[in-house]
Amino acid sequence: MTTRRLFLKSSGLAMFGVGAAPLWLARAADAPGARKKVLVAVFQRGAVDGLNVVVPFGEKNYSVLRPTIAIPAPKSGVESAVDLDGFFGLHPSLAPLKPMFDANKLAIVHAVGSPDPTRSHFDAQDYMESGTPGRKATTDGWLNRALPALGDARKSPVRAVSLGPSLSRAVRGHNDAVAINNLNEFKVHEADGAATFESMYASTLDTILNGTGRETFDAVKLMQSIQAQPYTPANGAKYPGGRLGQSLMQIARLIKADVGLEVAFTDVGGWDTHVNEMGQLANLLGNFGQALAAFYQDLGDRIEDVAVVTMSEFGRTAKENGNRGTDHGHANVMFAFGGAIRGGKVYGEWPGLAPEQLYENRDLALTTDFRDVLSELVVKHLGNSQLAGVFPGYAQPKFRGLISS
Amino acid sequence: MRKLLAVSALVLCLGARSPKLSKDDQVIHALNRLTFGPRPGDVEAVRKMGVKKWIDLQLHPERIAENPELAQRLAPLESLRLSQADTERNYPNPQMIRAIAAGRQAMPEDPVTRAAVERVVRRFKVKKDTVDNGPLEPQVSLDQLLSHEQIRTLRTGTVEQKRAVITAIPKDQMDDVAIALPPGLRLQLLPAVEPTLRRKLMLLTAPQQLVAFDLSEGKLYRAILSNRQLEEQLVDFWYNHFNVFLDKGADRYLVPTYEREAIRPHVLGKFRDLLEATAKSPAMLFFLDNWQSVGAMAQQRGNAKRPARGLNENYARELMELHTLGVDGGYTQKDVTEVARCFTGWTIRQPREGGDFFYNDRVHDKGEKIVLGVTIPAGGGRDDAEKVLDILARHPATARFISKKLAQRFVADDPPQKLIDKMAKIFRDKNGDIREVMKTMLTSDEFFSQAAYRAKVKTPFEMIVSAVRATGAQVDFAFPLANQIAQLGEPLYRKLEPTGYSDANSEWVNSAALLARMNFALALAQNKVPGSRLDASLFNGAPADIARQVLFTDAKPETLAAIEKQTQGSTNAPVVGLMLGSPDFQRR
Repeated sequence: MTTRRLFLKSSGLAMFGVGAAPLWLARAADAPGARKKVLVAVFQRGAVDGLNVVVPFGEKNYSVLRPTIAIPAPKSGVESAVDLDGFFGLHPSLAPLKPMFDANKLAIVHAVGSPDPTRSHFDAQDYMESGTPGRKATTDGWLNRALPALGDARKSPVRAVSLGPSLSRAVRGHNDAVAINNLNEFKVHEADGAATFESMYASTLDTILNGTGRETFDAVKLMQSIQAQPYTPANGAKYPGGRLGQSLMQIARLIKADVGLEVAFTDVGGWDTHVNEMGQLANLLGNFGQALAAFYQDLGDRIEDVAVVTMSEFGRTAKENGNRGTDHGHANVMFAFGGAIRGGKVYGEWPGLAPEQLYENRDLALTTDFRDVLSELVVKHLGNSQLAGVFPGYAQPKFRGLISS
Repeated sequence: MRKLLAVSALVLCLGARSPKLSKDDQVIHALNRLTFGPRPGDVEAVRKMGVKKWIDLQLHPERIAENPELAQRLAPLESLRLSQADTERNYPNPQMIRAIAAGRQAMPEDPVTRAAVERVVRRFKVKKDTVDNGPLEPQVSLDQLLSHEQIRTLRTGTVEQKRAVITAIPKDQMDDVAIALPPGLRLQLLPAVEPTLRRKLMLLTAPQQLVAFDLSEGKLYRAILSNRQLEEQLVDFWYNHFNVFLDKGADRYLVPTYEREAIRPHVLGKFRDLLEATAKSPAMLFFLDNWQSVGAMAQQRGNAKRPARGLNENYARELMELHTLGVDGGYTQKDVTEVARCFTGWTIRQPREGGDFFYNDRVHDKGEKIVLGVTIPAGGGRDDAEKVLDILARHPATARFISKKLAQRFVADDPPQKLIDKMAKIFRDKNGDIREVMKTMLTSDEFFSQAAYRAKVKTPFEMIVSAVRATGAQVDFAFPLANQIAQLGEPLYRKLEPTGYSDANSEWVNSAALLARMNFALALAQNKVPGSRLDASLFNGAPADIARQVLFTDAKPETLAAIEKQTQGSTNAPVVGLMLGSPDFQRR
């Protein structure tokens, strides 16, 4: 792994000469231990069926509620759950995550989510990304607000990144945030045009386009150095095909390039399994598990600086519906790995699946607020203790002990 | 007294009303909002007719003579005209072809499908009892048909050179060549061949994709060429409102009929009719799973032979949340379940064979239901759901929700409440007459206000189409434009969520999208977008003049200053390209 100075000298950035390099970069190169902590959020859009992702096989009501779509308990055949702790098991397609769990790097939280009763995908995703369930007026996202305050001179233009063709809600806010679809394509192809466009967008009085324009071109300059070096995942990591794999690989690349990335957001859709859930979920989880495992492997030692957290807008009904699927529910499951995460455990209070234990007689009940999990990561991993600003209206979260302080 | 007058005059000026637009600005504004962007000559034509008269004309598309070039462009896109069943039969999926060629499956019985499959299969070597899924080997290989020189040109030559090679191939050999080409090369050649051959090549490579190709091409040609621009804007709006994701299973074959028969005929008609057409369309019934929803008495536990069946609430929820009342419209979870019960039995005949709507009384839940406080008595049938549609179409929340969405699309992201209220009232008074609501909106002071002028950022579709229209670029292969639109973040017909694409400014203004717009603008100007041809000689004047050509108004001083600063005579960044990628051009 190259030190920052070596990187500067050998990369395309060398063309700037240190005198002309952006101020923050020069400072960052000199400051030892200035490696940034990175928080990566992966959003499963469509309400993933948490009860089949982390299977409560020890709960007798589980298979009663799901006569055709329950995942079999461990050791009952090829498609059975991977035992985690004698009560919970992983969906078999998530087997790639088991080593992480066994190495105490992967923590799981069950019966977690948003307290808001909405079962609208759209609203619930909005609430989870804005970090203010129930409030529609919030215009920015929790991940943007989570960034620790820094003096102007030290801020990289790519502190906050959203992978994909649009800037996700979670990353929008007063801190600069950049949407990156494809790292290699992140530039104006014609050098002549680039300079003129940059000047145009920097000087336009159109505030929305001006702001985004500036962020864009600052980020473009940064990307030039990364684009110059082709990327090979380390440690034999193989990302699966598909968008999630690609996004995580690009995040890994950005992390290793030491360009000041602090928060990253990406999403993966297709989880809305109302009909014929088994096959669909198995496929999606296969890709999901492989992508996360590859990311973990690719980062190698760097994983100490990086925490990954997954979430979904709500869970699904405890009882299967009439189409071998499930409908919109309430509490769900979250994964967290990396950094100083104390893995190897399923956190949270299990509320049970007996009829009187279900939320509104149909869903897994909530015993942990998603903001408890995220707050702990923001404070202990990112080092930002100004929580009132990150989760307005939720300044007293209950930490579950996911991370060593 | 004078003081009082002065004060009241001041109060009036500070009132909520935004200043009205000048006559010239009204013309440009109307064109920007009702069309996919002005073409050269449009401003003069509208000014001559008068804005109000022009708007009224656009509200009555049947009175507008259509552009003959459009019919020409749409003619080869035959999958758009087929029924659902015929679409499936004419474009057999590749797995079927492969299985038949490998001897694992018998030829289909249906004569049309059989013929389509035979055309392809006959030319491949039939491997009996093969399990592998690799590419099929042609009977005659490419180097038996073409020289090395020719093959090399096809791979790496210019579009003109490729075209020359293709035209030189004897007609009776063309089919063999088409089959012998490797799939990747076939796709590369698409911009270089004329439409009939293009379809042949696509049919061989990706027959399932042909419907998607036709849909995207059709949508683009209409947006670019149609004289009935407002109608096309509304087809886009209503499709998006009643969104169906093209790539969900059978929807691949159901969407052309959906757009053609459920959406298009009703865009300026009665909302209730539009609502029912979508509710009954196989595309929607499949997309939101209602076709599988059955009432309690018909529910069954699944077993090895038959799938489990039960109530499915997906459509019922989205019907209220997204199509009519809106998420704050005042319905409860109970209402969702009750509506779902009403819709049991609304299903499709054999979706995988492209079936039509049919109502299956055997699986209908005949119990009493209460929807939004209205009792639907027990013993009903198909009309239970129709009563629900009546309730929803007439509900005041629907009038507000639809009016707001229309205002957001045509006026501003945050439209004045006064306008929404005005439109909602007309919606209710005129029984959901969309034309009347549109008319109220498009003749309002709020529409023609300074606050609305250039307030909207163009969506990717709007940006690309308006660039083609403004420059008068000729498009004879629209599909590469569809790819560009996807790059900018809005793949056509492929919004996964039933919410459809947002047209809020914040959705589209981000780094990745902005860069993609700039890159597209330069590519179009340099004639690097396959299938589109811009006449660069039209844009040789001074930057300020070129600006007026594509913006139809003056560019902002900052934009001109940036262009004038750049190195003179750069052909890599032609001024017209810089103008299309400028902040000015991103707004409408």
